Amino acid sequence: MSQFRKSLWRGALAAAAVAGFVTSAAAQMELKIMAPAAPGGGWDQTARSMQQAFTQAGIAKSVQVTNVPGAGGSIGIAQLVNNSKGDGNQLMVMGYVMVGALLTNKSPITLDQTTPIARLTTEYEAIVVPADSPIKNAKDLAAAIKADPAKVTWAGGSAGGVDHIAAALFAKAAGADPTKINYIPFSGGGEALAAILGGKVTAGISGYGEFESQVKAGKLRLIGLTSATKTANVDVPSIKEQGIDLEIANWRAVVAPPGISADQKKALTEAVDKLAKSKEWQEILKAKGWEDAYVSGDAFTKILNDEIARTKEVLTAVGLVKS
Amino acid sequence: MEAFYSLANGLTVAIQPMNLLFALIGVLLGTAVGVLPGIGPALTVALLLPITFKLDPAGSIIMFAGIYYGGMYGGSTTAILINTPGESASMATALEGNKMAKAGRGGPALATSAIGSFVAGTIATLGLTFLAPYLVDIAVSFGPEDYFALMCVAFVTVSATFGDSPVRGLTSLFIGLTLGLVGIDILSGQSRLSFGIPELYDNIEVTTLAVGLFAIGEALYVASRRHIQEEKLEPVRGSLWMTKEDWKRSWKPWLRGTAFGFPIGALPAGGAEIPTFLSYSTERRLTKHPEEFGHGAIEGVAGPEAANNASAAGTLVPLLTLGLPTSATAAMLLAGFQQYGLNPGPLLFADQPNLVWGLIASLFIANAMLLVLNLPLVGLWVRLLAIPQPWLYAGILVFATIGTIAANPSPVELIMLTVFGVLGFLMRRFDFPIAPVVVGLILGPIAESQLRRALSISLGDPMVLLQSPISATLLAIALIALVLPFVMKGMGRFKAVED
Repeated sequence: MSQFRKSLWRGALAAAAVAGFVTSAAAQMELKIMAPAAPGGGWDQTARSMQQAFTQAGIAKSVQVTNVPGAGGSIGIAQLVNNSKGDGNQLMVMGYVMVGALLTNKSPITLDQTTPIARLTTEYEAIVVPADSPIKNAKDLAAAIKADPAKVTWAGGSAGGVDHIAAALFAKAAGADPTKINYIPFSGGGEALAAILGGKVTAGISGYGEFESQVKAGKLRLIGLTSATKTANVDVPSIKEQGIDLEIANWRAVVAPPGISADQKKALTEAVDKLAKSKEWQEILKAKGWEDAYVSGDAFTKILNDEIARTKEVLTAVGLVKS
Repeated sequence: MEAFYSLANGLTVAIQPMNLLFALIGVLLGTAVGVLPGIGPALTVALLLPITFKLDPAGSIIMFAGIYYGGMYGGSTTAILINTPGESASMATALEGNKMAKAGRGGPALATSAIGSFVAGTIATLGLTFLAPYLVDIAVSFGPEDYFALMCVAFVTVSATFGDSPVRGLTSLFIGLTLGLVGIDILSGQSRLSFGIPELYDNIEVTTLAVGLFAIGEALYVASRRHIQEEKLEPVRGSLWMTKEDWKRSWKPWLRGTAFGFPIGALPAGGAEIPTFLSYSTERRLTKHPEEFGHGAIEGVAGPEAANNASAAGTLVPLLTLGLPTSATAAMLLAGFQQYGLNPGPLLFADQPNLVWGLIASLFIANAMLLVLNLPLVGLWVRLLAIPQPWLYAGILVFATIGTIAANPSPVELIMLTVFGVLGFLMRRFDFPIAPVVVGLILGPIAESQLRRALSISLGDPMVLLQSPISATLLAIALIALVLPFVMKGMGRFKAVED
């Protein structure tokens, strides 16, 4: 065999190898997903479910999940922006709660510094009252708040979180002064639910998942969800349909670090697009009871900016953020 | 009686060979992570959830139950042997347990802790079987004012952990209360004493403080004393097993510890720390050997260990009947249930009887397995103390640091661990008790936020504290516990004069 033929062979082999590499490039992505919270919470579960669906659907070769807990995600986002700049394989799970937390914590890092990729899921807030409460519907609750906002006690999650914001928006929509609401924050883990079941407070507000089994068992009365129209899983019209202009959802999304190239952004968006459509992801959504709310690209960036503006307004109104 | 039939049905589910294997894997994993400071059962379950997705629901939930109970056992082993509580619930165990280990009685200390955990776990699981529906009504009726009153009882009784000098004890307690203020105030959302450091917004982690004060502080102290006089530790002095006397002194604390642990664990905001301290102080008051407390009294290990495990079973009451997760691990178990499309709550017992009763039955099995696993290991564990001190303490430093970093990957956490370690060293050097610092950090924020919640609900009327019967009773108990020692002293003096 001549020297020429040998080198031809080698070249062909190399070309074949390169071609093989290119075709499988998408499947060879080695992603890292950061959950800016401790293991077990909603963001962590989202990150780990993404890991599961990404690998099972063959969209990525490997996915590594890391947890950076602390301060409603303020510590996680700081690490993403400072340490992962330009890394086209890194994603971070975040959600509506982070929007508020960054504002109340006066975080020097803002969401503008990240590269928004897509919104994944959403959960509507539910307002409930104890089963023996005289309040039957959203109108009754609105009337009670209008009469004296301080006498209506709300139990919900942490101060400045989505529950608090929703309660303030409800009071505002009911025509009462949102700064006067008597909102009592509980640390997670069901403490708020116990206070509502025990009849210690007038109303409770949280994601519907927290209350679902109690509502079905008849221990709590559902006043309504904060969706635009009635959703399929409940019998009660939405709060907006009952005439109180309130619409809010607790969504979860993924963002990428700053400084990634347009190509890298495109690759990440395509991977997440594929994930959202995959059978594996849809099965997870069903099992976990998460509502699909997939929006990617510029549409998501706009949603994010609108939510930041609205949240800032509400938090300033209730005095948690000094303007 | 219906509960008996259901439980028998559950046993047939739990005793299937595959499920027994899952329970065994669970208790082994649980014990392993319980031994490492910082890595608790909650983190372990979280990491395992995606892996167990494909498994059979009954099997994996049985495994999680094993991890939960196993973690409670493992935490006390390190607390006794090397004064490093694996989690805050085994802190009270370290107080007397480590003194026992240093006196060559590590064997009986580990044995009373293992058997006490078994007894308490079994009684509490029985309680879960038969009392859950009744207990849950009481648990839910506990309002913020009642929690505040419970905290008052706890505050009055922590003086038992003060050692010999009340002034030094109070100083330590106030250091803890101050540390408890650090972070974002849950009610107003404003940050306090955190100096703009984001890591401090989330309050000071109890395990970081406990590991720093106990483990790092101890290592520094031992190192500083070495040039003066090398402490010779004898791993075993006297019997490796519990003597007749040890049994006699242990069984009552086991039962009393269970009586504290189970109901308080069932409260939505009860936790495992408060019953362990209540149990410790009760045993200290009731003991016939008060001179041994502070130098290794077996009652001080038996009671808190039983309370600790009973509260773990108590936590399952609100979880299974209401779907209320009241601890980090319970929250993970809940996520595990939801992964299989099961919603714990009022309907779970009716919808999924096989699973629920299988879980309860597997708790009995996990408990028995842990006893069988742990008792033979006692002899091996105490050999740890025969390791030359420099190696042993170097190992403790490494594990304490790795555990803390694994839980919170941040340099600030490591700096805090070091600062608390130096603080622990100084407190040992100048004879200040350490436990009240951690007690203050745990109880302070709960007491504060519950009081403020109660006042917020009552629109600022303090009478709410007396109007609730539960709260009024608890406050009365606190008052009696506070005044009684003085009255008794006065009576004693009075009698002396009379004579």
